[in-house]
Amino acid sequence: MELRSNEPTGPIENRWEKHKEASKLVAPANRRKHTVIVVGSGLAGGAAAASLGEMGYNVKCFCYQDSPRRAHSIAAQGGINAAKNYQNDGDSVYRLFYDTVEGGDFRSRESNVYRLAELSLKIIDQAVAQGVPFAREYGGLLGNRSFGGAQVSRTFYARGQTGQQLLLGAYQALSRQIEAGTVEMFPRAEMLDLIVHDGRARGIVTRSLTTGEVQPHVADMVVLCTGGYGNVFYLSTNAKGCNCTAVWRAHRHGAAFANPCYTQIHPTCIPQAGSYQSKLTLMSESLRNDGRVWVPRKKEDVTKRPEDIPEADRYYYLEERYPAYGNLVPRDVASRNALYVTNDGLGVGAEVGGERRGVYLDFSDALERLGEHTIRERYGNLFEMYERITGDSPYETPMRIYPATHYTMGGLWVDYNLETTIPGLFAGGEANFSDHGANRLGASALMQGLADGYFVLPFTVGNYLGEVRTLPPLTEDHADVRKAVDAVAERVHKLMNAPDPKHAPEHFHRELGMIIWTKCGMSRNKAGLEEALREIPKLRDQFWREVKITGTGTDLNQTLERAGRVADFFELGELMCLDALKREESCGGHFREEHEENGEALRDDEHFSYVAAWEWTGNPGEPRLNQEPLTFEYVKPSKRSYK
Amino acid sequence: MSEELLNLTLHVWRQDGPNAPGRFETYQAKDITTHMSFLEMLDVVNEELIEDGKLPIAFDHDCREGICGTCGMVINGVAHGPQKLTTACQLHMRQFKNGAEVWLEPWRAHGFPIIKDLIVDRTALDRIIQAGGYISIRTGSASEANELPVSKEIAEQAMDAAECIGCGACVAACPNASASLFTAAKISHLSLLPQGQAERQDRARTMVAQMDAEGFGGCTNHGECEAACPKGVSLRWIARMNRELVRAMVKADAPIESRER
Repeated sequence: MELRSNEPTGPIENRWEKHKEASKLVAPANRRKHTVIVVGSGLAGGAAAASLGEMGYNVKCFCYQDSPRRAHSIAAQGGINAAKNYQNDGDSVYRLFYDTVEGGDFRSRESNVYRLAELSLKIIDQAVAQGVPFAREYGGLLGNRSFGGAQVSRTFYARGQTGQQLLLGAYQALSRQIEAGTVEMFPRAEMLDLIVHDGRARGIVTRSLTTGEVQPHVADMVVLCTGGYGNVFYLSTNAKGCNCTAVWRAHRHGAAFANPCYTQIHPTCIPQAGSYQSKLTLMSESLRNDGRVWVPRKKEDVTKRPEDIPEADRYYYLEERYPAYGNLVPRDVASRNALYVTNDGLGVGAEVGGERRGVYLDFSDALERLGEHTIRERYGNLFEMYERITGDSPYETPMRIYPATHYTMGGLWVDYNLETTIPGLFAGGEANFSDHGANRLGASALMQGLADGYFVLPFTVGNYLGEVRTLPPLTEDHADVRKAVDAVAERVHKLMNAPDPKHAPEHFHRELGMIIWTKCGMSRNKAGLEEALREIPKLRDQFWREVKITGTGTDLNQTLERAGRVADFFELGELMCLDALKREESCGGHFREEHEENGEALRDDEHFSYVAAWEWTGNPGEPRLNQEPLTFEYVKPSKRSYK
Repeated sequence: MSEELLNLTLHVWRQDGPNAPGRFETYQAKDITTHMSFLEMLDVVNEELIEDGKLPIAFDHDCREGICGTCGMVINGVAHGPQKLTTACQLHMRQFKNGAEVWLEPWRAHGFPIIKDLIVDRTALDRIIQAGGYISIRTGSASEANELPVSKEIAEQAMDAAECIGCGACVAACPNASASLFTAAKISHLSLLPQGQAERQDRARTMVAQMDAEGFGGCTNHGECEAACPKGVSLRWIARMNRELVRAMVKADAPIESRER
């Protein structure tokens, strides 16, 4: 497999312009002759479908939800970065680029990141024009806040619902195109396979989630904006329906999967309360600005009421270990340290599976210093949410928090055009690997989704179609199409008819999640990963033997939907562990215990400054590794330190 | 907060398909902890049903953090259940007492046909947005964002209206099954902002016309919608929608020149 990044050369600030100038175009009158399939309707998919429809392409957009407005981009709370420098604090496109490359721990492609920073400016203009109600200052100008340890205030926000408002902006733009007839929307439709003809992506096979009908959709090209794979851990902050099926089906057809082991664990989530838990809820990281993180110093104190533990017996582990940054150390450091103290038996809160996985986030000092009024103003909504879920009031007793999977930096390998290794198959947003390297900075996911959707894909899709011009006609009765449809039907049949049906798919998903979480989560080592690689195939075999699905495949069947997604998580989970095993270094969200110095990650630029692009060879567990070397012309790799 | 175990009796609306007759079926939910969310309680019941070889209860849900608007069911006669400003997914079992009987029904409204069990078809709400719930701005043609100041007060009001998550509880709670709160929230959000002025009249007319065409009832000021809304979207937006509509009708009858101002 040849990995050609197709990035332009020359001064980095001119590359995107230069690339656009050299690209092919499709004339307005010819655009409606091209059918483009967009799978997913979140920030990337919704924005791409709306923009491509507006340009005149014939767009078909698919989502598994009942409405495109419900994609999980909606749950993003904090904000969106843009290098507007409205606060006159020295921000610039270059600085945002620099911060993102550095934050990604030098594992991303410089050209892509620079383009992202450049496009951030246009995203804010676009969103404001759509009526996104961003926070404003009294003078009527847009407000900003600082976020995720940045030294400038470049984050735009709409209360705690920035993702919701940006998604509704894209959804409304999409709705306008649906009304105009340029976009045909297929809600409650799940992509279960890719149609490849003559080496090019030419369509998808979907299953209607209401009638069970399996249907091919033929097109000139396919764009996947189907989000991340965080639910491989079973418990994550993702929506229950988030899944990797679309990208995994594409991978099995030859799309390389890049850096699957780069996953982000968010430190401030509400801990698991019991084995029945279905998802984890994230609370804004801003809580760490005023809350102090601690656990009891003595194991015998973990079941005591926190109020009854004297100051001397409290272990403020972040403040003690990282005096310079204290409770504000970056996400990965905060998360890992919570793991270590709970491994030492100092965790608090509910006992689940024999372990207490929680640490205190205590506001009593801040309440005393600033008063309840100020704290309520800053965190009132979050405190309410916490109380609704746990029944405890953070004004009266410390919160309990624990890290949870939040975002996946890995994804389908794409070139500068966001094209995968299958010609005609593109990937945008969290579904691709492109911009965040080994770690994503706060308020950058919304930025990337919208940059891909509004400004990159509409352009690179045109370049692809302008290059291929006319594709050979492909009808639904062609053997390649029938083959994909039959494969889906056969898979549904196989899932519905396991030889020894015993357990619902959730049962297997929970077990898989536990393996991945303990062995390929916040902290990884060779022995654990090898163990996971032995356990996963066994559990997968058991799944295919014992998965129990009631009802039929020709009806609305949520158990069947889940089973198909779990089946793909098994294969992706195995690849994640392989990738984590192969990457003998610690970088960003990937921490290998063998590669650390005094608890700090040790990156190995000499041997691992590359993108790991895994190629499907026919069997799970036996992928081929391809490497795209990373070179840094502008931001010279340096070591992160927060001591 | 301390944990207790509950045993509940559930009476759940089961309906095989859009045209099939429905009926209540009774299930026992045993050893449910007060820390569970309401939907996790249903997960537990469903997993038992599957292992027993029975059909699980179909219900819509996704984010489970109260923002996507996918979940929604009538719990003991109240849309999203007993806790104010809370979606069904954020409702927790500590709101229930041991031994309680719980009745579960889908949203019931002419505009929301039942698909299966507790799942309804809410695409009518999407079509109301498609009828005009947007600002027509071509991708890439926006001017510099700070060139158009918006007062903080107006921005805050627009944000209040924009909080709607499109779950449909307002429709389910309304005795007329009206979608007025949903429609009014979007009309208000966009008409408040300077960016939304160009299409202001048309938007009010076309969105209200679509709402009527979908078979939703009219508003007769019961206020049940506001009480059921998990995001606290205010009834005053309906008054604003009506003003926008009157304004649009007056403007529409006026000669073209004056319409253009």
